[in-house]
Formats: sequence, C-alpha cells, structure tokens
Amino acid sequence: MTDALPDALAEIRDEFLALGQQERLQLLLEFSNELPELPERYRDHPDLFERVAECQSPVFLFVEVDDADVAHLFVTAPKESPTTRGFASILVQGLAGLTSAEVLAVPDDYPQTIGLSQAVSPLRLRGMAALLGRAKHQVAAKRAQA
Amino acid sequence: MSVATDPSEKFAAYAHPERLVSTEWLAAHLGEPGLVVVESDEDVLLYETGHIPGSVKIDWHTDLNDPVVRDYISPERFAEVLGSKGIGRDTTVVIYGDKNNWWAAYALWVFTLFGHADVRLLDGGRDKWIAEGREVTTDAAAAASADYPVVARDDSAVRAFKDDVLAHLGNGPLIDVRSPEEYTGERTEIPGYPTEGALRAGHIPSAASVPWAKAAAPDATFKTRDELEAVYLDGAGLQAGDDVIAYCRIGERSSHTWFVLTHLLGFENVKNYDGSWTEWGSAVRVPIVQGAEPGVVPAR
Repeated sequence: MTDALPDALAEIRDEFLALGQQERLQLLLEFSNELPELPERYRDHPDLFERVAECQSPVFLFVEVDDADVAHLFVTAPKESPTTRGFASILVQGLAGLTSAEVLAVPDDYPQTIGLSQAVSPLRLRGMAALLGRAKHQVAAKRAQA
Repeated sequence: MSVATDPSEKFAAYAHPERLVSTEWLAAHLGEPGLVVVESDEDVLLYETGHIPGSVKIDWHTDLNDPVVRDYISPERFAEVLGSKGIGRDTTVVIYGDKNNWWAAYALWVFTLFGHADVRLLDGGRDKWIAEGREVTTDAAAAASADYPVVARDDSAVRAFKDDVLAHLGNGPLIDVRSPEEYTGERTEIPGYPTEGALRAGHIPSAASVPWAKAAAPDATFKTRDELEAVYLDGAGLQAGDDVIAYCRIGERSSHTWFVLTHLLGFENVKNYDGSWTEWGSAVRVPIVQGAEPGVVPAR
C-alpha cells in the first residue's frame, strides 16, 4: 500500500514523522508560508476555482492537467487560516509533477498518515482529506474530458 | 491578588463588567504581574503566525479535550496545562481568539468548570487587536511555570448533560445557537463542517433559534447591553430569572452564548449542553422538531 506513495509525499510524511509534536506544528507552519501565489494567468479567474466547502474559511482549489498529462494543483486560502494553507501546501508540493493517474492513485488516507493527528487533532485533519478528495475528483473529471 | 478591572463605560452596562477588557486596557496592562494572556483559536497554527506579546497558547482540541473519552481533561491534567502556561489559581487570565472569540469563550467556559475565578475575554478578540495595528510577535513566550492546584471539576453549575436537557424540556427555555439551516433540519452539520454531522436533523423541541454570532458586532466586539437584550429578551423571549440551556453542535458556539447570557445579561442559571446536536441528533428516541417553528414538547 505505502509503496504506491509518490516520492515527494513519502518524503514529506517521513519529515513530519521524524519530528516531535511541537516541531511538527512548526513544519506545518513552514509549509503554510510556502503556499505559492497563483500564477498570473489564473489570478483573475475565480470562475475556474472550486470552493472547498469542508473548510470553514474561504478556500478555493483548481487542478489543471497539461498536454503531457501532468496535474498542477492551485489553492488559495486566507492568511488567517494557516493550518489550511499548510495542508494545501503539502499537497501542492507533494503532488507536483505527478501524472493524472499518479494523483488518482494517492491513498485517500494520506492526511492521516503524516503524524499530525495529535498535534492538529483528527477533526482538523478532515479539512486536508477534503482538499485531497476534491483535487482527485477534479483530475478524474479532466481525464474524462480529455 | 487580581489585576484591576477595565472601567470602560460600555462594559459598565453589562451584568458583570469585570469579565471583559478592551484592547486599550490590555495594551496598557501587558506584562503586569498576576496577568496571563491566553490565545485560543479555531486554527491551531494562528498563534504561531503572530500573537500578542507575552501571550501563551491554549488549544481547545489538544489541550482541553480528553484525547480518548468525549469529555474535558481531568483535574490533574488541567493543573498541569495551566501550570505549564504560568497560570496560578489567583492569576487574572485574559483570553482572546479568532472568529469573534468563539473558541476563546469556549476556553473560558472550560476554565469555569474548574472554578478559575478571574478569567476574562478581550472584547473584539484577535481580529480587533490586529485591525487596530497593535503589536504582535512570533517570539515564543517564555512562560515561567506556576503551581496550579488540582481542583475538582464542577459539572453541575454550568454544564448540562442529555438527561438534564430531557428534564428541562417544558420547564425552561432552550437556545439553539446553530445556523438557521441546521435548526430547521435542512442540514445536520454546520456550513463548512460537513463531517461533524448527526444521524437526524432538526432541533430540540421548544428551543428558540438565536445563531451565536448575533451577539457580535461587525468589529468582533460584543454588542451593547441594549442590543443584546433586543436579541435575547425581545427576540428569543427570555425573561429575567429564567433557567436557560444553550446548545450547538459540540458545545463551542454555545459557550459564546453562555458567556453572553451569564456575564453580559446576568442570567444566573445558564448551562451549556456540550453534547449538543452531535449527541442529541444521534441519540435514540429523543424528541426532535423540524422546520422554522420551535415546536411543542411531547407529553410524557
């Protein structure tokens, strides 16, 4: 099961698991600060983005699948929601460069495997599961169109 | 010995003005001996992005809830957590947080279960402090640890359990502080938290619907006493002397309403039903009403 995990996601998981609880929060904060701004071409296109209703704060997500079948995830979340930004950033970095099939193969329980249940609480981790679920859903829809 | 209270005129109109401090007051009293400022947020990382200088963080999930049983932490654990934050039994604690002090009020309510005497909220919370351009820091507070005694938790005064609610039905008012859609039964979960649902939708018979945020002004401060009376007395029909039970989904939003009714409007017997809809809406054979009307309590 875990051997199906793409390298970047596995590295991120191992990085978290190597730390103590308090340091895991710091690492999540670092991810949060690294969430990339939207590229110029998408900044004025709120129509393309899907609201992630599972997150209480306004979080929007969009997946592009390019001509080489590589998926690109874009997420916006307000700075008042650093935890959600951290979750999004983990997925943006962890899914970078993956093909659509590889994204679809990411285990749905990945958020529960990175050692944040205690530091963040299981309830809050559901927001990350929702982000992953919606990203995969968009990839599947775009594959169907192609 | 506790720290002086905030004499501001707005607070003087409330039943217990000593339960609130303004941002001005806090800025002037930061660092005073006997005062500990606590940040308590919905977002577990928000404190780390910048907090009021010297403040410590208490997280409702990871610090105040028992990790196994659906309950609050034990007296031993409470003493340990507070002591590690530099809080003693006589310390004046000012709590602030995000989202109109929603989680801050919840933390304050849990402090009340353990009988901590002097615990206050920062009116306007984190949002107002930041909107006013006041100082925040990412420096970790160097909290000197303090000795906090192990004190029994008193669940009888401000906490209601399901059986208490059943006994209360028909004998006193209930306030449902969830969103209108949750109250009517269109949905079982809070907008934005679809996974924290219940098996049935609707509300407890006879409960009046007063979404919790009706107590807050646009700048996240509490509304004035007159405005609050318009909401809870004229609007929801509460009368002086009523015994009230408030509930929401897991007891956090209703802590905010509990604070308003108890400390701002002066109701002396208000309980927060923390089992709330996630318990009631999944319990077997408890009465439920759907739709916009409070409905009637079934005969027993």
